[in-house]
Amino acid sequence: MTLDQLKTGSAGIITTVGGSGVLRRRLLDMGLTPKTRVMVRKVAPMGDPIEIYLRSYELTLRKEEASKITVEPVDGKEERK
Amino acid sequence: MIFALIGNQNCGKTTLFNQLTGSNQHVGNFPGVTVEKKEGRIRRTDSTVVDLPGIYSLSPYTAEEVVTRDFLLKEKPDGIINIVDATNIERNLYLTLQLMELQLPMVLALNMMDEVTSSGGSIDVQRLAQDLGIPVVPISASKNEGISELVDQALRVGEQHILPARLDFCTGEVHRAIHGIAHLIEDHAQAIKMPVRFAATKLVEDDQPTIEALHLNQNELETLVHITTEMEQALGTDREAALADMRYTYIEKLTRDTVHKPQETREQQRSVKIDNLLTHPVWAIPLFLLIMSLVFWFTFGVFGSFLSDLMALAVDQVTALVDAGLTAYGINPVLQSLIINGIFAGVGSVLSFLPTILILFFFLSLLEDSGYMARVAFVMDKLLRKIGLSGKSFVPMLIGFGCTVPAVMSSRTLSSERDRKMTIILTPFMSCSAKLPVYGLFTSVFFPDNAALVMIFLYLLGMVVAILYGLALKSTLFRGQPIPFVMELPAYRLPSAKTIALHMWDKAKDFIHKAFTVIFVATIVIWVLQSFDTRFNVVEDSAHSMLAMLGSLIAPIFAPLGFGNWMASTALVTGLTAKEAVVSTLTVLTGAADSAGLAVALGEIFAPKAALAFLVFTLLYMPCVAAFAAIRREYGSGIKATGIMATQTVIAWCVAFCVYHLALLF
Repeated sequence: MTLDQLKTGSAGIITTVGGSGVLRRRLLDMGLTPKTRVMVRKVAPMGDPIEIYLRSYELTLRKEEASKITVEPVDGKEERK
Repeated sequence: MIFALIGNQNCGKTTLFNQLTGSNQHVGNFPGVTVEKKEGRIRRTDSTVVDLPGIYSLSPYTAEEVVTRDFLLKEKPDGIINIVDATNIERNLYLTLQLMELQLPMVLALNMMDEVTSSGGSIDVQRLAQDLGIPVVPISASKNEGISELVDQALRVGEQHILPARLDFCTGEVHRAIHGIAHLIEDHAQAIKMPVRFAATKLVEDDQPTIEALHLNQNELETLVHITTEMEQALGTDREAALADMRYTYIEKLTRDTVHKPQETREQQRSVKIDNLLTHPVWAIPLFLLIMSLVFWFTFGVFGSFLSDLMALAVDQVTALVDAGLTAYGINPVLQSLIINGIFAGVGSVLSFLPTILILFFFLSLLEDSGYMARVAFVMDKLLRKIGLSGKSFVPMLIGFGCTVPAVMSSRTLSSERDRKMTIILTPFMSCSAKLPVYGLFTSVFFPDNAALVMIFLYLLGMVVAILYGLALKSTLFRGQPIPFVMELPAYRLPSAKTIALHMWDKAKDFIHKAFTVIFVATIVIWVLQSFDTRFNVVEDSAHSMLAMLGSLIAPIFAPLGFGNWMASTALVTGLTAKEAVVSTLTVLTGAADSAGLAVALGEIFAPKAALAFLVFTLLYMPCVAAFAAIRREYGSGIKATGIMATQTVIAWCVAFCVYHLALLF
């Protein structure tokens, strides 16, 4: 499953980061590397972009970009790392 | 000595810079690009600190990253002050590891330590310094704590040229690849004075600028491919991911050993609560509209207009004083007219905008530094994406409804060059507040029963034209790939008074500088054109002036729009100094004694449908000289700025033509 399909409030572990060029590099630089735990915090009022929580900070990215990242969902509500 | 101040965005870099330098700052642009370059002398030292753009990585993709890389590699500063947000240490250290490869003396400023400790956390600073091999100084930039210790350490590593003690953070396959390549390219890197380790890492990452700079031969290129392919196969991942993963893996281990803090600091928890309201699915947009209305109401309503009136009064007083002085001195009346009616009137009317602009920037700086602007971009992104921009462009456009000048200036906050240039082109279509007097006059004369309707129509028309123009630009001039919208949402923080004050002072200097250069010259030109005829005799009636002649020369251009009268076209020309001048020029040229007389005179010049076309043209044609100067500065090219203005005026003509002829049908 990809990051954009993750429900609000639930978490996942990144398995792969797709895309290419600037976008991919940017995602990796921002800490979206494989094995990183991310939680979907919120969806913007107009349905896009989304807000995620990782490495103790908040990041926003569009669903289109999030769809390039595959995640393994983690059971239960995200509270602690 | 010269120090480079480097860190992520939102880590308190500007605050630290202000603490280090006080008000000894110069702002300029980096050569060739419009990325802001700030530098200043560190207080009580002879050293200079250069504030480099906030970046997350040393990759070569954004203008900011390239500027920082080039500065570090080519200018070779005597040291790096790397500021790191202690509450967000993992991602901040990612840049630190890359900076250390540059083999420059370096000290790490661990900012916001007060937030970490106050929420029950701790960071083992000594262990961190030991593991990284560079001095680490805990500071709180906003509370001015630890700054002198930081300066001492920076001077020490700079003077004694103490390099980072450690280089190797990698293990296994990546380690092998980097060392193999370092060996291979050592001579090339030394020849161009590039740190070997940095070059090797960049080659593993497939960094094109480095590959080109090193001038590798065919054999070496093949070996390079061989080494990296081997690494990719052994790791089961590609080279870019391998390096990012290696750095983050090291950081995770390092922070496990040294950082003990609750999952979220109090500031972060507070941010989540504020965001529950400000980015709420239902309330986000109404709250945003409310906040912006308040800002506009304060700026252009009660507060701003009061201060502007006060400023205008002061300017009038000074003008009257100088006028009386010149009369008493018995100076030549033509020169007196130049000074009073030309320079004082022109520059003075622009200066009266200064309080408004300062108030606007006070609020903008508050919204920006508190972290709210990032949320606006988050909420509005979807809307702006349709015309090929991102949510970050929303703010400059919004300010455009107040004044195009600060709007264009605020586009500096956009990180992508493409987005910024496109935003600057579209911003003047947002009807600025200086056009309101024109709308007010014409609606009261021609459309007294539908005044509000006409106003709304004009504001909406500006937006619609901007959207269509944006769509056209997206598929022509700005076809390039937009920078992906991947943006940090920083924790909300109350900005320090000092930061805001320095920010306003910057803008004030900028504005005053402009008033006394560009606008000064422009007012003199207009005065000359309006006071003399072609034989340079002083004219009694401005109808015989060069300005009137020019007006009648260009008047035929506007005939298809229904207002081929020379007074109308002259008013549009003088409107270039400031849009309010359209009203004052029409008043002077018609020789109307009062508003009733002006209404009658205007009725003779314009038919109601032509008046509507005139309003549409006024709404859309090129902005005033001050805005032109701002655009010219951001684009760094007079020719491009002129092109933008010309295109905008052509668009204005076409739309006004359509509106006029559509109106004639009814």
